Amino acid sequence: MTPRQKKVSIFVGIVVVAAGLVAWLVVKALNQNGGINFAYTPSEVFDKKAPLGRSFRIGGLVTDHSLKRDKGGLTVHFQLTDTVRSIPVVFTGPLPDLFKEGKGAVVDGTLESDGVFHATEVLAKHNEVYQAPEVKDSLKRAQAEKAAAATAITSSAK
Amino acid sequence: MIPELGHFSLIIALALAITQGVLPIWGATQGNRVLMGLARPVAVGQFLFVGLAFASLAYSFVTSDFSVQYVAENSNSHLPVYYRFAALWGGHEGSILLWTMLLATWTLAVAQFSKHLPQDMVARVLGVMGLISVGFLTFMLLVSDPFQRLLPAPADGRDLNPLLQDPGMVIHPPMLYMGYVGFSVAFSFALSALIGGQLDATWARWSRPWTTVAWVFLTLGIALGSGWAYYEMGWGGWWFWDPVENASFMPWLAGTALIHSLAVTEKRGAFKSWTVLLAIGAFSLSLLGTFLVRSGVLTSVHAFVTDPRRGLFILVFLLVVIGLSLVLYAWRAPKVGLGGSFDLVSRESFLLSNNVLLSAAAATVLLGTLYPLIYQAWTHGARKLSVGPPYFDAVFIPLMVPMIILLGMGPIARWKQISVGEIMRRVRWPAAISIALGVLAPFAMGKWTPMIALGLTLAFWIMTTVVVDLRRRMVRDGKVKGQSRSYYGMQLAHFGVAVFILGVTLVKGYETERDVRMNPEDTVAVAGYTFRFDGVRQVRGPNYTAQQGRLVVLKGDKTVAQLYPEKRDFDSSPMPMTEAAINSGLFRDLYVSLGDPIGDGTGAWAVRVYYKPFVDWIWGGCVLMALGGILALSDRRYRIHIRKKQAGMESPAGNAVPAGDSPALVHRSKAA
Repeated sequence: MTPRQKKVSIFVGIVVVAAGLVAWLVVKALNQNGGINFAYTPSEVFDKKAPLGRSFRIGGLVTDHSLKRDKGGLTVHFQLTDTVRSIPVVFTGPLPDLFKEGKGAVVDGTLESDGVFHATEVLAKHNEVYQAPEVKDSLKRAQAEKAAAATAITSSAK
Repeated sequence: MIPELGHFSLIIALALAITQGVLPIWGATQGNRVLMGLARPVAVGQFLFVGLAFASLAYSFVTSDFSVQYVAENSNSHLPVYYRFAALWGGHEGSILLWTMLLATWTLAVAQFSKHLPQDMVARVLGVMGLISVGFLTFMLLVSDPFQRLLPAPADGRDLNPLLQDPGMVIHPPMLYMGYVGFSVAFSFALSALIGGQLDATWARWSRPWTTVAWVFLTLGIALGSGWAYYEMGWGGWWFWDPVENASFMPWLAGTALIHSLAVTEKRGAFKSWTVLLAIGAFSLSLLGTFLVRSGVLTSVHAFVTDPRRGLFILVFLLVVIGLSLVLYAWRAPKVGLGGSFDLVSRESFLLSNNVLLSAAAATVLLGTLYPLIYQAWTHGARKLSVGPPYFDAVFIPLMVPMIILLGMGPIARWKQISVGEIMRRVRWPAAISIALGVLAPFAMGKWTPMIALGLTLAFWIMTTVVVDLRRRMVRDGKVKGQSRSYYGMQLAHFGVAVFILGVTLVKGYETERDVRMNPEDTVAVAGYTFRFDGVRQVRGPNYTAQQGRLVVLKGDKTVAQLYPEKRDFDSSPMPMTEAAINSGLFRDLYVSLGDPIGDGTGAWAVRVYYKPFVDWIWGGCVLMALGGILALSDRRYRIHIRKKQAGMESPAGNAVPAGDSPALVHRSKAA
């Protein structure tokens, strides 16, 4: 090997090792808790399809008259629904400006063994027109399932 | 009438852009001086007509012409006039027009300040810029027309999103876009070098000042956006790793790598093909960023469904621009040659390593930003997902730590080679001082964590290496020897990085965030300050009604500040807005914002009370980086160009550059 080739091969070696390190870093970062947050619908959470103790997000509508506030603190309880199932959520902190009963919201957090979703973050939609994709998705799927269930019932009745 | 005039101007501008994009490049291959000579006048013409279109839309906004659909969707007659004007870039169509307008402006500037360049080079550069403009103008005319009429016209407009009704809106988007679009100049220079096959270091020398200007704009644009989010979003964060932020940060990372790579290519003739690739990368990321943010692809994949033609056009345009330039690169780059050689331990290899680290950082941010899209495409939309800040923190910090260590060593090392012993000798004091200070200082401040110690060490490391290098170069035999402004500029920008790191480290390490429920007359103690809540009253603004809270901040018995955070309800929009109140200081911000009313009849509110030490240093650091760039731009060799031009001297390219910078001197390769 000429000195130039030698230098080039050392450099290529360093680059390969570095690329491997970066790839490892990326995989590790994505897999850690909070790296990737999958979105689940309230029905899926109810059916225990969502992971316990690992963070994920739920999109849905805030159930009417479900918002309760603890006395003296900032802890709130509410239900998030896809019109088929509702999941109880607890959150401590100021709520976003557009958070309202009957309106869409997305919550980030973890499901605890008591079946209550402990939210670390509550997101409401950005403006009147915009509906978060997670919320849309939950409602759409719930409708689809309702429709499927309805056909199943009618067909079994026959 | 005026909107039609604007629309018609766009059509003429498109015709001119096609002329500008085709004929001069063709002329350059044929050696036809007449065709090449068309580039400048046509570029001026294109600027005038895009300018006319821009002015027409601005006129429609300022006069509240709601028969124009885009105006009706983004403005309102009750808006103050400066927001009516800024609302022009409050939505998709207008943003693209702003982009095109700035592209025409940069093109005009290149046409104006390129008198010393060879004609074929100018023809190709302006030609490539013309082709980019063709893409944007076609996009507007086919699928994103800002002048679309809405009949019958509504009585009033839907209004600008309240979030955007802020002085930040007037200045942040144009700044950011100036940066994005500015990278098109480096891109065009790189492409014209590839097309012309002139891949020596000259293109690097010429495009360097342009790239620095673009980088300065982008740096300031991002800093402004971050500062705006800090006081506007009402939760005191300054960076959220939001896709929209990432879209501006990726071109910045690539652009930062580019300005360093350009410096090496110009001075040493090394990394020539790498620099070309970075120029393509920086601009491609700018394009991607513009479209990702503005098309709404990222917040929702459905944006493609709502207007599939728009999404398709964007996809095709991106593929054409990026694909064609990469094909051209693959075809021409092998001819570039290796350039000046250097040892494994040398300033070149430090700079190259940092280039790789910055590019890797840009790539990981890109991956995190696009991952939800890729995943959904892969699984056919099985499940939505988002990539959270923990991902970005976990990949970004490990990449930046070696980057910063090398940042300190780069200016200190010699070009071509330096022995490991020598470099160690030069950095031993900075290393010792920064580690000692970084590890001990947190104890003095009352809380020690590994991250604080690491952050402080890195910041002190940059500061001490800057000082050591300044001393080493400037003090020779007891005499002070002045250095070039580009050198001072570099050191100032590096110092800015240190200030930035200090700000980030101290605010993350020592901030106090309290979300509390406060009744009137309640007090809360945060970081040695007492905040007293005096309740909320109603006030009237120009186009909103606000619940205005009053908080008195006391230190001991002394009143430090009175803060008036607001919760605003706009007349034309059901969307409330939180306006934080901040008492800023050099060493700390006191930040309060109103959450939601508790609504139990006691007048209690959820209130955020934050103590943010050194938070303004984050943006101060960015400003220093930008000032460093400006200082480098005022360097003697750029001023010589201008003076020669003013004297009417047609100087052959390269003469104005000091002999020491000539790449000819470094082509002798050294046998190791």
